[in-house]
Amino acid sequence: MKKTFIARNPSALWFLAALAIFTILVTVLSESVGAGIISTSFLKTLGKTLCLCLVAIAMDVVWGYCGILSLGHFAFFGIGGYAIGMWLMYARTEGIVVTSLQSNPLPSTPQEITDAIGTQIFGVVGSSEFPALWAFSQSLPLQLLAVVLVPGLLALVFGWLAFRSRVTGVYLSILTQAMTLALSLYFFQNDTGLRGNNGLSGLQNIPGLEDRSQATVSLWFFWASAAALAMGYILFAYVVSGKFGSVIRAIRDNEARVRFLGYHVEHYKLFVFTITAMVAGIAGALYYPQAGIINPAEIAPIASIYLAVWVAIGGRGRLYGAVIGATVVSLLSSWFTGGSAPNINLGFYEIRWTDWWLVLLGVSFVLVTLFLPKGIGGLFDALVRKPDVDRQGDYGPDKGAWRDEEGAPE
Amino acid sequence: MSTLLEVSGVSVTFDGFRAINNLSIQIAEPELRAVIGPNGAGKTTFMDIVTGKTKPDEGRIVFGDRGDSILGMSESQIAQAGIGRKFQKPTVFEAQTVRENIAMALKNPRGPFDVLLSRKADNSETRIREISDEIGLTDALDFQSGALSHGQKQWLEIGMLLAQDPRLLLVDEPAAGMTPAEREHTTELLKRAAKTRAVVVVEHDMEFVRRLNCKVTVLHEGSVLAEGSLDHVTQNQDVIDVYLGR
Ligand SMILES: Nc1ncnc2c1ncn2[C@@H]1O[C@H](COP(=O)(O)OP(=O)(O)OP(=O)(O)O)[C@@H](O)[C@H]1O
Ligand SMILES: [Mg+2]
Repeated sequence: MKKTFIARNPSALWFLAALAIFTILVTVLSESVGAGIISTSFLKTLGKTLCLCLVAIAMDVVWGYCGILSLGHFAFFGIGGYAIGMWLMYARTEGIVVTSLQSNPLPSTPQEITDAIGTQIFGVVGSSEFPALWAFSQSLPLQLLAVVLVPGLLALVFGWLAFRSRVTGVYLSILTQAMTLALSLYFFQNDTGLRGNNGLSGLQNIPGLEDRSQATVSLWFFWASAAALAMGYILFAYVVSGKFGSVIRAIRDNEARVRFLGYHVEHYKLFVFTITAMVAGIAGALYYPQAGIINPAEIAPIASIYLAVWVAIGGRGRLYGAVIGATVVSLLSSWFTGGSAPNINLGFYEIRWTDWWLVLLGVSFVLVTLFLPKGIGGLFDALVRKPDVDRQGDYGPDKGAWRDEEGAPE
Repeated sequence: MSTLLEVSGVSVTFDGFRAINNLSIQIAEPELRAVIGPNGAGKTTFMDIVTGKTKPDEGRIVFGDRGDSILGMSESQIAQAGIGRKFQKPTVFEAQTVRENIAMALKNPRGPFDVLLSRKADNSETRIREISDEIGLTDALDFQSGALSHGQKQWLEIGMLLAQDPRLLLVDEPAAGMTPAEREHTTELLKRAAKTRAVVVVEHDMEFVRRLNCKVTVLHEGSVLAEGSLDHVTQNQDVIDVYLGR
């Protein structure tokens, strides 16, 4: 079985090999175990990029393969981040609080400890009560479960409602945008209990690993991200290959026809929507400890649109295309917006890339759509694949039957 | 021979235009039935209704041994119940290979988990071979089906229909785009399928219908104008007026 999987997905093998080499290379050049050429902050950028690649391949499966242009998948990514962030904040604050309370002459009661943690965490929003959302925050296993289950459940309910009513195309995209907008507004409220626009912070400090340097912890997260990306890639390569892949691509191309073959299209869409949401949650849970902070702006509607842009630029309908798109665009983005790109002085006007990067991205997106409809990944076709045939057959011999007019698909 | 499909008193209106008007048809199992009629008579719309694509305004459609109404069923449920269809314009998945198209149609469990976890059923490769031999596309199994000619796409869709192994086959203009030899082969194939199943064929080519050698239903303006053997209906004055004499 393994052999046939590889045989059916030669690109998966190439991808995994490239990822392994990249991981080894970065490790060798890292500060904590290697030559120290890659700074810890850049190591974090690389680790985060791997997480973005993971959510991008999820997006590619849902959009590029199944044809559902979800503009809400970053919400699932953010939920994953919040879920792990809650444990990180709780456990770390607990550590600090317990240490500081030890100096008290009397041992403190559990209630006092909890109150002190609550004041520490929720002081910024003028509260000290633990909101209901934090019920499991002291338990790492439960919050880890939440990383996959909450996005999965949300996707399941949302998808069930949307697909069952046969909402498709641009209407579905708008609906997913509404979902992520609603969620981000909800998270923004102080009452929600997720610290409003402050978000969760200090996530780079991992409880229990206080004596490890950030250089080491970052490398571990980089490894974890690489491993998650590898597993995600294998999972999705399996999903989109074989007959299941055949069915979802058929749904993308002509879902009505698939129904007449006896497939419940809605179930397939729901499956794909949900499983990609769960993977997006995992990606987010690995991303935000490396970023150190998460706030509701992260799941603003624009974030999910960027995700679609990455996949489009990289080339949808091929997993490595999504990886290329996410890597190229997010690294370029941090280069341009980080102020490293040299400004261009036109004499009368200075192009500052921090302001103009979005314009550049927009223009590149339009150019890619126009001239490279298969994205950057499409360039690989010239190497390996025969060009796709798109032959429109004629309509048969007898002209009298109005076939052209009546023969529209569906 | 028992009744498999019973359509009674069905009407459909598109924006005030009555495409199907109080139509009643019964198909037995096994049976081969040809449906003819002028353009716009409602032949394709009849198939749309039976496959769940178009919901009728009124009327009753029951299918199968227990006489279940198909009106409340979705397209995919109807297909799973055993009604398969070939479209007037061949609609195959052009971006996929002939093999993938047939494999998708093969009668196997249809749920997402079944499909995801299915190790290839032992007989599926054999079945694909049999079907591709039947439709003459064995050499093209690994071609993208978008590269096929119109006639070959017709064949592929017929092959997909056979792969589904339905109890009722609705075949809309199968012979369009085929050479005379292929038409003959199609006739043979449909006749053979009709030995164990119900097959409804819509076709304009009278020669083709004659070779099918079966009961013929003539549709006109959405209802049945005449029914019986080909010779019987071709002598009917109404049929001559609206269809044959044009
Ligand atoms: N979705 C629709 N909306 C509006 N009118 C429709 C629709 N579908 C069919 N019609 C009309 O209903 C009538 C019957 O169409 P139908 O396609 O069933 O004819 P047909 O018998 O299959 O003709 P042909 O032999 O040309 O294929 C036609 O006048 C057609 O224009
Ligand atoms: Mg028709």
